[in-house]
Amino acid sequence: MSIIKLKKGFDLKLNGALASDEPMRAEVASKLCAIVPDDFHGIVPRLDKKEGEHVKAGETIYHDKEHDAIKVASPLSGIIKEVKRGERRKIEAIVIEGDGSGDAVSHDLSKPVKDVLLESGLWVMLRQRPYDVVPSPEATPRDIFVTAIDSAPLAMSLIKAAEPLLQYAARGAEALKELTTGEVHVCFAPGEEMELPAATCHTVKGPHPAGNAGVQAANIAPVNKGEVVWTLDLVTMCRIGELMTTGKVSYNTRVAVVGEMVDKPYVADVVMGCPIASLVGGKDNARIISGNVLTGEKVEADGWLRAPYRQVTMIPEIGKKDEFMGWASLNPSRFSIYHMFTTWLCGKLSKPCSMDARLKGGERAIVRLDEYDNMLPMDIYAEFLIKAIIAFDIDKMEKLGIYEVAPEDFALAEYADTSKLELQRIVREGLDRMRAEMC
Amino acid sequence: MDKIKPSFRPGGKLAKLESVYDGMETFLFTPNETRSSGVHVHDGNDMKRTMITVVVALLPCLIFAMYNIGLQHFMAIGQPDAGVFSMLVFGLLAMLPVIVVSYGVGLGVEFIAAQIHHKEIQEGFLVTGLLIPLIVPINTPLWMTAVATAFAVIFAKEIFGGTGMNIFNVALITRAVLFFSYPSKMSGDAAFVKTDSAFGFGDGQVIDAFTGATPLGQAATNVGDQLSLVGVDGSPIGMCDAFMGTIAGSPGETSMVCILIGAVILLATGVASWRVMLSVFVGGFAMASLANAVPSATYPGSLIDPLQHLCLGGFAFAAVFMATDPVTGCRTHVGQYIYGFMIGVMAILIRVYNSGYPEGAMMAILLMNAFAPLIDHCVVSFNIKRRLNRAK
Repeated sequence: MSIIKLKKGFDLKLNGALASDEPMRAEVASKLCAIVPDDFHGIVPRLDKKEGEHVKAGETIYHDKEHDAIKVASPLSGIIKEVKRGERRKIEAIVIEGDGSGDAVSHDLSKPVKDVLLESGLWVMLRQRPYDVVPSPEATPRDIFVTAIDSAPLAMSLIKAAEPLLQYAARGAEALKELTTGEVHVCFAPGEEMELPAATCHTVKGPHPAGNAGVQAANIAPVNKGEVVWTLDLVTMCRIGELMTTGKVSYNTRVAVVGEMVDKPYVADVVMGCPIASLVGGKDNARIISGNVLTGEKVEADGWLRAPYRQVTMIPEIGKKDEFMGWASLNPSRFSIYHMFTTWLCGKLSKPCSMDARLKGGERAIVRLDEYDNMLPMDIYAEFLIKAIIAFDIDKMEKLGIYEVAPEDFALAEYADTSKLELQRIVREGLDRMRAEMC
Repeated sequence: MDKIKPSFRPGGKLAKLESVYDGMETFLFTPNETRSSGVHVHDGNDMKRTMITVVVALLPCLIFAMYNIGLQHFMAIGQPDAGVFSMLVFGLLAMLPVIVVSYGVGLGVEFIAAQIHHKEIQEGFLVTGLLIPLIVPINTPLWMTAVATAFAVIFAKEIFGGTGMNIFNVALITRAVLFFSYPSKMSGDAAFVKTDSAFGFGDGQVIDAFTGATPLGQAATNVGDQLSLVGVDGSPIGMCDAFMGTIAGSPGETSMVCILIGAVILLATGVASWRVMLSVFVGGFAMASLANAVPSATYPGSLIDPLQHLCLGGFAFAAVFMATDPVTGCRTHVGQYIYGFMIGVMAILIRVYNSGYPEGAMMAILLMNAFAPLIDHCVVSFNIKRRLNRAK
């Protein structure tokens, strides 16, 4: 077991964290759930079931246009209630109404691991670098990186999130090992290490984004041009273990409901894609985020829990309306990680703070030094890479390391950016255009 | 503000002032704007705060500049006991028109450019506008400052795309334009000490022993292998005067003490790169030591002690406030060391071995501005090479 120490990054602490003895709300039985195809980037959905048809839990709802083998399964047994479509008939969500029967597909475990995974729908929970998309079944990954750390703001420990399935972790690692020619690397937070015979385990110390599988990969065995690695989290690995042991997947997930606008943060076991309304009530001036504040998706009060189905955060939309000359503020509650504000003078950098969704400034050209590099613990000149992406200079992007990064790696830099650029969107578009050019 | 907003929107009566209105609104109130994608929380810092921090760091220099302009003036007219207050008032009256012209012209150009591009007004000129009065000799006619400022903002900044896109430091371009267009007003005896009155305040006859040349100006024209520097009243000046800043020179550059206070503010707030700052001083000291080790009467600058070199002229001011401009400098760490060191070396090299230019800091930085992208390119190429080797 090796120890990896990361220095760059920052642990952003917000109000509304889980208490150490947080209440565990009883299982929220939901009759409804929804799959949002946008959650599984890189897949163009082709429906296998029509509105009104019956599906079992684990039965395919849709598959990928390009690779028929990549399938997305229903979390519930019931009826396809509605296929919501947006502009140009793009599928926005597939809503399933459960019949409460608990009918579930049992998978044939005599097939190769890859086929079982593809068939079960768990495949879409994996991500591939380069491009940060659902992996193509044709490529064999050089290595597989599993993160057992969620270092994002207000996140619950991944060990806790995986608790109901933790017994299957070792089997999951074994199954993954069969899919790669290299190693299965699992990274744990200090003090949370587990013994996994099939995997190479590491301890990763350091602030966020230390929990990003891509950051761990960059510090263990970086992705070079022409190589493919997969990334996933501990919960998914446990699910794979469960599938390979029992032949079934449990589509329940443990969700932390946190944030300043949540009266009492709690943890609940729910079905994947359950209605947000069953977890939090809408409030005035509140932003509901499915996920964490850095990489999550903004959802409406009538929206759905989105992949990776682990966290719901609710923060104020506008904390201080029309703040008078905020740029001149000497108030330590105007939180900034930079020493230009008084937050650090008052020693409040490591204390929980209140933060709203305002940009707190206008979009500008990149002026300040090292802002991105200090938030990205990789051997990459982040700022030069961003500039290359904006200019869409493919050659430069390749050389500067676009294959190693995913939008989530730039989330913290986007938070810290004085110029308020949309780094995650820039990286996402860069990766997508690159993929379109190369594939 | 919200009430008058509609008239500034497209179609409104005052639509041509939309950028100005937005500038004012965001100046007064933090925008309530949010994004629906990307990260959901943003840091409290923005460009306004960043720029204002630099302005705050410049304030000690500005206040001392006013005092020193008064001091030099009253020494020149033989009234060295005029009192700190009179000196400050005189300095204020002398500098205010320059500050007003610099900000007026520069911000005017910025406002117009922002409106043409329908963009928000950028904050970069807040700093540039204060740097210009501090580096332009006090006796420069206002119209020259106005012309040079306009030229620099348009041709060194706006045509490149505005703040953050420029290749050369805008304040230094202003000074360079003045220097090459009106050399007689920019150096020599008459440029640096205001001898006539400011708005009728501080009248007096110039004393006989008066010399208006800066110490470096004196050094450049020195004959023989002995060098003695004198103040405006003809009395000799030493290291202490140079450190405190009670000598003739461009307004902001004289006081090492105030520059160091500014440096502490910039470094503590993390606005400026300590790598650049340190390596400029190291480079300057190294070159000055080298020159001083082989003193020559042909190059009187080599007679100056290395430490004094760092205190005299605009070297320290340039190192702290100009070389550290993140936009025109190097952006990689290794690059910053090279960039800073070369600025230090070039500044002293020009000073000592080119008697045509008594001060080399401006040239050195502008020269290295041009080389900064190349240095960065080389540093990044090493990273690229290392990554390619990794793949093998």
